[in-house]
Amino acid sequence: MTEANTADINSASLEKSPTGINGLDEITDGGLPKGRPTLIAGSAGSGKTLISMQFLAQGALKYDEPGVFVAFEENAKELTTNFASLGIDLNDLTARKKILIDYIYIDSSEIEETGEYDLEGLFIRLGSAIDSIGAKRVVLDTIEVLFAGFKNYAILRSELRRLFRYLKSKGVTAIVTGERGDNTLTRFGLEEYVADCVILLDNRMEQQIATRRMRIVKYRGSKHGTNEYPFLIEEDGISVLPITSLGLEHIATKERISSGIKRLDNMLDGKGYFRGSSILISGTAGSGKTSFAANFVDAACRRNERCVYFAFEESPSQISRNMSSIGIDFNSWINAGLLQIHSSRPMAYGLEMHLLDMRKIIDKFQPENVIIDPISNLTNVGTENDVKFMLTRLIDYLKIKGITTLSTSLMDNEADGQAGQGISSLMDTWIRLRMFEEGDERNRGLSVVKSRGMAHSNQIREYLITDQGIKLKDVYLGQTGGLLMGSIRAAEEAREKAETLVQQQENERRKRELEKRLRSLDTQIAALRSEFETDENELNRIIGEEELRREAADKGRTDMARLRKADSLLKGS
Amino acid sequence: MGEQKDTTQEFEEALKWLSQEKYVLRLFVAGMNPKSLQSIENIKRICETYLAGRYQLEVIDVYQQPILAKDGQIVAAPTLVKELPPPLRKLVGSMSDTERVLVGMDLHIVMAGTVDHPAETKTQKQKDDGAVL
Repeated sequence: MTEANTADINSASLEKSPTGINGLDEITDGGLPKGRPTLIAGSAGSGKTLISMQFLAQGALKYDEPGVFVAFEENAKELTTNFASLGIDLNDLTARKKILIDYIYIDSSEIEETGEYDLEGLFIRLGSAIDSIGAKRVVLDTIEVLFAGFKNYAILRSELRRLFRYLKSKGVTAIVTGERGDNTLTRFGLEEYVADCVILLDNRMEQQIATRRMRIVKYRGSKHGTNEYPFLIEEDGISVLPITSLGLEHIATKERISSGIKRLDNMLDGKGYFRGSSILISGTAGSGKTSFAANFVDAACRRNERCVYFAFEESPSQISRNMSSIGIDFNSWINAGLLQIHSSRPMAYGLEMHLLDMRKIIDKFQPENVIIDPISNLTNVGTENDVKFMLTRLIDYLKIKGITTLSTSLMDNEADGQAGQGISSLMDTWIRLRMFEEGDERNRGLSVVKSRGMAHSNQIREYLITDQGIKLKDVYLGQTGGLLMGSIRAAEEAREKAETLVQQQENERRKRELEKRLRSLDTQIAALRSEFETDENELNRIIGEEELRREAADKGRTDMARLRKADSLLKGS
Repeated sequence: MGEQKDTTQEFEEALKWLSQEKYVLRLFVAGMNPKSLQSIENIKRICETYLAGRYQLEVIDVYQQPILAKDGQIVAAPTLVKELPPPLRKLVGSMSDTERVLVGMDLHIVMAGTVDHPAETKTQKQKDDGAVL
């Protein structure tokens, strides 16, 4: 990447010599000025020798630029031993003529000055060393030892000036180290001679924790990062962590993932969190932050996703045990290779170390989800600003990777609306857990303070931590409209249940009564119907008899008439 | 009183020993510039004056033999290395400050008691010139 950057710059501008050190090439925009000397100043133990040696080793291994290390303080054997522990095999590099170490021993007690002199001996040794392996890089560590050995500073200063000119004329990219002075960058004012690039290293103690920082004081002819950048010395050398290497360029997905709690998903627009978002769960002690995190982990592992759990309060086995009490089996996920728990005390090392450690673990495991429990504990390590910077970097980093991050944060008191460290602005979703004290008990309630990009519920919900994880309860409102929680809610629930029961019983009774009445009415109807039928029959019978009787009467009369030959009969015919 | 005498005796023995000891000197110069020439001239004069007949001086041009500069831990030029007698000492500069040269060579004690030996100067000088050229 750095090489590509260097290539982009047009040929007229300054050529760079990449250091190959993580992050340093980013803040120097490609490396140190090629063919020119660079001063690295810093107090004892700030990492000057290490940076220099890494510059040479990387040059030799990656960029095919052999290097000469002129050591004034340690001899070749000591250097070899010291750097073996940092993964640089100087024996091998010197055997392959990639690196040449020249130890210059100066002891003022055996030197007597007897007149005019120069440092031609040094020049010759340097020159022959450079020529013998065709060196492109040179380190002088640390040249200030000369000031201890020789007393004539006038000669020394003019010789140093000549030395830097010589290095430039040789076309080597050089690093000169210098001890930090009281009011000047270096004790003997080496910065006067090195005009091109000056890097200052610092190892500051803040609240009993040391943080290494690096700053580019000047870099002629090149843009460069101007901040103080924290850096780390680890088993594989130096890593610089430039905040500029990250930015707000991550791609936001629309994919949603479950929080592991069904009814919480419902509160979050019915679908849960956005993938790749940052989630903050804040709450006081005992509000169940870790349980929320565990539910999330459980859901993620069920989706066959990998999770890394950074714990700053509990050991892995303690978390596993505790979470098994709410029905979440971390051990099986660990065994399935889906979950890693990394526990460390925040005070164990500095913030930067934590950040780098986390980055390394994340890079190695490639998880989809990361838990930081609790993020607020890191405040113990540095100042508020440091923590904020670090968290910004961490969250940016995770977002760029598309990793969903769930952080918990401990709040000191209920009234405190702050999530601590002012990090809430970094978070996409903020769920606040609160304890409500009422009627001699403490109950837990949660609310979604914010959730970017979704229509979330704004209701405070009571939740219970059960042996099957976290359960959100129904909402009960009291007479005055307030949320009912705990035993009051339970009482309300019971009262409601009792009321329903009574109502039910009453209804059943009434139903039975009515049914009885209906049944009796039915019998009455049946009786009436039979009565009706009887009467009808009687009526029919009477009608029938009457007919017969009349017919008979009619017949009799006709017969009589016929017998009497009655008039009406004739008339009628 | 006896103690006093012993000390004096010891001192005189030391003087005798010092005045008999052989000096092995190497002068590293960087080319034949005025400083180099001056230093060669000065050290020869001093040696002839104070160490006549019991010194061995070798002049080395580090331009010709850079490896010797590394082996001899030479930084400044000119540098006179007193290899013997111990302790090892390095005298840098043009050797124009005779007193400092003598201090550096641990010769300042015997300085007062020594006498010139001009007789031996010639042969020694020829030998040295050979080394230079």
